[in-house]
Amino acid sequence: MTVKLQVNGVEHAVDVDPDMPLLWVLRDVLNLTGTKYGCGQALCGACAVHLDGQVVRSCVTPVQRAEGRAVTTIEGLSADGSHPLQRAWVALGVPQCGYCQAGQIMTAAALLAGKPKPTDDEIDRSMAGNICRCGTYPRIRAAIRKAAGIADD
Amino acid sequence: MKRFVGPVLLSALGTVACATPQSAEPPRAAATPVDKTSGDLRSPAFFEATVPDRVERSRALFLEATRVFLHPRCVNCHPAGDSPMQGDAQYLHDPPVWRGSEDRGVVGMECTSCHQDQKLDLARVPSAPMWRLAPRVMAWAGQSAHGICEQIKDPARNGGRTLDRIVEHSAHDPLVAWGWTPGAGRVPAPGTQALFAEIVRAWVESGAECPAEEARR
Repeated sequence: MTVKLQVNGVEHAVDVDPDMPLLWVLRDVLNLTGTKYGCGQALCGACAVHLDGQVVRSCVTPVQRAEGRAVTTIEGLSADGSHPLQRAWVALGVPQCGYCQAGQIMTAAALLAGKPKPTDDEIDRSMAGNICRCGTYPRIRAAIRKAAGIADD
Repeated sequence: MKRFVGPVLLSALGTVACATPQSAEPPRAAATPVDKTSGDLRSPAFFEATVPDRVERSRALFLEATRVFLHPRCVNCHPAGDSPMQGDAQYLHDPPVWRGSEDRGVVGMECTSCHQDQKLDLARVPSAPMWRLAPRVMAWAGQSAHGICEQIKDPARNGGRTLDRIVEHSAHDPLVAWGWTPGAGRVPAPGTQALFAEIVRAWVESGAECPAEEARR
């Protein structure tokens, strides 16, 4: 079956099983490998992407759900790595191993799009489903605050 | 982060058999080593035959329906607080989630970020259309059958539904239907959706009487 979807502003028609997870399409068909496979069960957040601006766990999202809709991956968050979150991530050296970070940033981007000045509690609640085995949580929160222009305590 | 999400054990998402519910009908043969059902519901005909008093019969019918309302497949998303429960042991949803302002999660962690609107064979995530939490005014967790009954009858707390629409909702709502087809080895709600709806209909037609506060199924 041919599924038509827009990924990072580019129209694609992919000939795949409509139940194929969106993550498989992104990584194996479209070669967009910035989005990572973590648990495959929607439990860790490494595969988070945006579907019409909403965060979805692409490892459990059938590609047919994306039919005719706009997908944004970490590669499409900005053209040159200049999204405020990406700049804050670099400035604060947030990643350690880095595996979860694409998902962290995509979730954080959705948060700031919906709540430009989130409280710490709102940051924690929105980010609670993105697991980081390296434990970079304090730097993640600090970078979100920095990107949001929230002054340090 | 204030809440650290530890490693998730997939096995913790598994199900355990429910206690066998009481039933006046003949017990079914217990041939399987693990009971993966929640037992049957007693039909409206049973109550018609055994409870001649209309008011008492109506109350008994609601108590029977309460076995569905308070089954983990149903009550887990009718929590008393802002986070759903999970599994037959009814622990807090993992990863941690909150209802948000519209009962659909918070930005970045919406219910439908993970829960799909169609069956998902490749993962254990429960899926049904419009996956969401029941509004806080529809909390069933910790409620008595009497409390649930009064809530269901109250348009201010039942989504503005008439009793006929409650019956319709019970019979055909796809998210309600998930309770009997939860997939991934989960224990379904007792009986069938059709029988549950018949009980709710019989309750309405018998006057929609509420059980006493102390009544328990």
